[in-house]
Amino acid sequence: MRFSALLLLLVTGFVSAEIPLAERRSGYEFMSRETRAMQDDDAANPGMFWVLDGEALFRRRESSSGSACMHCHSDLKGVAARYPARDVKSGRLMNLEQRINACRIERMNAKAFAYESRELLSLTVFIAKQSRGVPIEVQKSNAGEALYRQRQGQLNLSCAQCHDERWDRKLAGTPIAQGHPSGYPVYRLEWQGLGSLQRRLRNCLSGMRAESYPYGAPELVELEQYLMWRARGMKVESPGVRP
Amino acid sequence: MSRRAIVTVPKQAKRGEVIEIKTLAQHAMETGFRRTQLGETIPRDIIRTFVCTYNGAEVFRMELHPAIAANPLIAFSLLASESGTLEFRWSGDNGYAVTETAQITVV
Repeated sequence: MRFSALLLLLVTGFVSAEIPLAERRSGYEFMSRETRAMQDDDAANPGMFWVLDGEALFRRRESSSGSACMHCHSDLKGVAARYPARDVKSGRLMNLEQRINACRIERMNAKAFAYESRELLSLTVFIAKQSRGVPIEVQKSNAGEALYRQRQGQLNLSCAQCHDERWDRKLAGTPIAQGHPSGYPVYRLEWQGLGSLQRRLRNCLSGMRAESYPYGAPELVELEQYLMWRARGMKVESPGVRP
Repeated sequence: MSRRAIVTVPKQAKRGEVIEIKTLAQHAMETGFRRTQLGETIPRDIIRTFVCTYNGAEVFRMELHPAIAANPLIAFSLLASESGTLEFRWSGDNGYAVTETAQITVV
């Protein structure tokens, strides 16, 4: 009996465990009351400016083809809760930003927007907001999980060491969140603006002193998909506000 | 960059009631202290003043400075005295000027 308990301890001690589904908490729950109030009230959430800009872009006709997003799409509720997803035609894993750009190139005869450009963030958040309250449902990415558990950078850290094993402990005075991407694109107070999940991941990677992947890199998209799967069933909050 | 502003004013209030007014203005609030990667100073571009008038009379005024965050949220309280129009004016560097109005009914 004692031996098996010890064995269990040894086994679980070496395998970093996933957070049990019932213990998962959105980053929202780690924030101060004031920051939560900003997210809760659309009239106080600066992310709404990007939503409004995105709505205008959604209706704007492209000069190259005369077509606008709204000519094909109307209700996009639930879409953001299903990305990243694999494109049926090309077999390529795409996040929402890449899907928007693919649609622009293939169907609208328009140019792709640059990553983190005001236009791409606005369109993305306009679409993501329509999924507010919808439970996240994506496929699991095994490549993404491998990256999540891989130690990297000069600090030799893995994502899991902070976000699975040490959440709610303090890092520079603030609690470490579990790393659920439910509110992206988020208005981050530190950024004084809206940013994508990839921007956040690149931040984390440079914090670990690891080499960041460029925007749009397949590795980042796989990691995004794994994180979304890890947050499966949690509700979309976009545009979230984060400290 | 578009120049949007969102104001929240209760549609209706009782005479003598203290109401909360909330405003959010879209602005980068560039401090003038930051530099580009090439070392050039990014020129200051901020909102300088915010004024609220209630049926033409000034009821709230604020001066803004470089340390104020982007997209400033300004909330204040007001004594509801009469029905009418609240006008909000933001003005700042590089000719920035935005005006919003809201109607209130006082019963």
